[in-house]
Amino acid sequence: MIFSFFKNTRTKSPTNHPQFWVDYVAQFSKDQNIDIQSKFIVLDTETTGFDYENDRILCIGAVLLEKGHISIKNSFEVYLIQEHYNSETTPIHGILKKEKKDKATEFEALKNFLNYIGNTPIIAHHTMFDVNMINKALSRHGIPPLKNKLLDTVALYKKSLLRSPLIERKDHYSLDELADKFNISKKDRHTALGDAYITALLFLKIYKKLKEKTGQVTFKRLFIN
Amino acid sequence: MKNTISHRVADFLKGFPPFNMLSIEVLEDIAVEINIQYLDKDGLVFKEGDNPHSNFYVVHKGAIALRKAPQNEMVDLCDEGDIFGLRPLMAQENYKMEAKAYEETILYCIPIEVFKPYALKNKSIGNFLLESFASNTRNPYAKKHRGKLYGETSGEENEAIVPLFDVQQVRWSKNIISCETSTAITELANAMKLNKIGAILVLKNKLPIGIITDKDLRNKIGTGEIPISGTAIEIMSSPVITYGEELTVTQAQMGMMASGVSHLCITKDGTPHTKAVGIVSKHDIMLSVGNNPSVLIKAIQRATKTKEIKRIRLSILKLLRGYLQQGIPMTITSKIISELNNACTKQVIELNLKKMETPPPCSFVWLAIGSQGRNEQLLQTDQDNAIIFEKESNGDGEPHKSYFLKLAQKINKGLMKIGYEYCPADMMASNPKWCLDLDSWKKNVSYWISNPGKNEVLLSSIFFDFNAVYGNSKLSDELSDVIFETLKRFPVFTTHLASGALQSPPPSGFFRSFLVEHDGANKDNFDLKRRTLMPLTDAARVLILSHFIKGINNTAARFEKLATLEPNNKELYLSCSYATKALLKFRTKQGILHHDSGRYLDLNSLSKEERVKLKRTFKTIKEIQELINIRFKVSQLL
Repeated sequence: MIFSFFKNTRTKSPTNHPQFWVDYVAQFSKDQNIDIQSKFIVLDTETTGFDYENDRILCIGAVLLEKGHISIKNSFEVYLIQEHYNSETTPIHGILKKEKKDKATEFEALKNFLNYIGNTPIIAHHTMFDVNMINKALSRHGIPPLKNKLLDTVALYKKSLLRSPLIERKDHYSLDELADKFNISKKDRHTALGDAYITALLFLKIYKKLKEKTGQVTFKRLFIN
Repeated sequence: MKNTISHRVADFLKGFPPFNMLSIEVLEDIAVEINIQYLDKDGLVFKEGDNPHSNFYVVHKGAIALRKAPQNEMVDLCDEGDIFGLRPLMAQENYKMEAKAYEETILYCIPIEVFKPYALKNKSIGNFLLESFASNTRNPYAKKHRGKLYGETSGEENEAIVPLFDVQQVRWSKNIISCETSTAITELANAMKLNKIGAILVLKNKLPIGIITDKDLRNKIGTGEIPISGTAIEIMSSPVITYGEELTVTQAQMGMMASGVSHLCITKDGTPHTKAVGIVSKHDIMLSVGNNPSVLIKAIQRATKTKEIKRIRLSILKLLRGYLQQGIPMTITSKIISELNNACTKQVIELNLKKMETPPPCSFVWLAIGSQGRNEQLLQTDQDNAIIFEKESNGDGEPHKSYFLKLAQKINKGLMKIGYEYCPADMMASNPKWCLDLDSWKKNVSYWISNPGKNEVLLSSIFFDFNAVYGNSKLSDELSDVIFETLKRFPVFTTHLASGALQSPPPSGFFRSFLVEHDGANKDNFDLKRRTLMPLTDAARVLILSHFIKGINNTAARFEKLATLEPNNKELYLSCSYATKALLKFRTKQGILHHDSGRYLDLNSLSKEERVKLKRTFKTIKEIQELINIRFKVSQLL
């Protein structure tokens, strides 16, 4: 394994990637066999807006899902120091005012995040948005994009719908809309960790629906990457 | 690491004993260590005899059924905030019962190692746990009946229908409506009317000194003995019979009999010298018995929260099970249970109407469609419903639709909370397509009938069995008239409907040729609904529509009506009616057995006799389908 050499010597790789990235990549060496009993990271980010170039991540929240269990101790929540904060984008999530929270630099946050997720598959709601946001942040520090397998609760929900002329399919289903449909409490909505928790429950409920519909769920076919 | 989720968990726990005896800081520390577990319906937490887990459980959402061998009798149903699985951990013994999710459930798993130090350190927690273990109820403070956690299993099968209720604690109402000795009679009578109660407590310095019941109003005011301008003290019955909080059903009954009263007052220490905390009426006791439809109806109508209705629904289920076991005829059973189910829906609508900011801008009617519309829904399945509102707008440009959609969303959610799952095909009043003004509905049904494509026939077959559950039924009557007028003009629709009724032929026989379904989860089971009930329902619908008979929705009743209309086919129709009822019974029994909709029949669970019965219905279905094929010349469509 090429990376093991660098890992042992604790030097930077020739491409000047930081050590945590090297360690992160090293975990993707072998094929993963994934089923519902596997570990999943359920992720949500709060951002200053929807523009990948100009907007920034305010907070990353994630929970670890394993065999239907969410371990609170093993959840992840980090607030980012806003260096390029644009005062025109007034606080949406109330995060900016919470100055008391421990905050990390973008680089620190990404490092901790990658250490946390390792090679675990990621679940999110409209996953590509969160992942693109994180990848943009990574690239600002000269780091390549995430390598984890990705699942999207919106895509899964669409798959779970009956084929019926009476059902209108939409492209977008908001987290609020689906939380209502599946009777999930919306407390802590619009905090990254709160949304990650809601998404985790949503995933479990949609999985159940999918299983009822198709009998067997093969994750390989559900990944969006 | 404290975070958003641990805050939320701590916040939840602090509302329930024994956690409410801990400071929020301590709860936050405990919360960090908690695992959150999600369970499907029937998901197993632990089996009887399993080694104790390293954590005990608190129900956050949903419900957990605790069952005990050998009869698998449910000894307890834990819902939000209830603790279970703690005693084996404390006593270091194996689990004495099985814990399974009764419905979709979220659990908080609290590691015993984290909790134990607090339980040992904090005396009140220790006492709470001791009491709850000793009193055999999970929560000695619980006001409602909690079942016997370590109940000896009852000997006879039949006893299971009515569980031993006499040593249960009475569930009493904590919401005390009271008045002062000087309160005017009209005022207190109004308070009773407003709260729909039969008795009001008279307090002096917060202590109960008398009670006024409907009977007092009748005997003392109605007779003219005391003028209506009087005050409470003149008509109250005194003293009040008081009991302590641990009153059991038997004690309450004895107490009422002995003193000839219909209401007992619960006080802090059981004497009239402490604060009143609740009232028990005969009605409450009857409710504990839970097998009387008229009591249940009253309870439903008095419910002020959706959650209360959900609890009453458990009693309805118990009643249904009793009826089935006692062999009460299906016609009666389905009538009573449907009535109760409809009452629940009505109450949910009432409650949600109150939640709207304004009253409805015009009259409307709530329709149950599909099986509920046919009064064939004994168990909770999916909800199918629609709204007709009187007119599009009041001419002020403000369309009514948004109001009714908002209302429907609330009602659909309320129905989901009491156990009717959302319709997977979204045939619900909150769907803009199923929430329309009368004129739009008329246009819709006329279009379906005059352009009978596949979807139109499908939609009609679901919608045409509507039943007005709540509101202005003139609207639905008017729509029925339009349906029948249009049917007369487009007879070809009936042929299409008939063709739809022949879509799924019954299986021809058993096992070798028995068609089992191949769709995943239910692949070893037989789809009772699609293969037997639906063909009969569809057949009854097309036949009754072809006779232009309106107002009979129930499939069995339709066949009975057909038997009188066509004497030459009387025998076939009657056997169809019989088959429908028998199949419905099969379905209901299966549903109770598996705590689901009963749609899929577990073949192995059938006795020989039941198999023969089932097979006989196949033959009947085949015959009725042949009749339809010939009468409506369906083959010409092809």
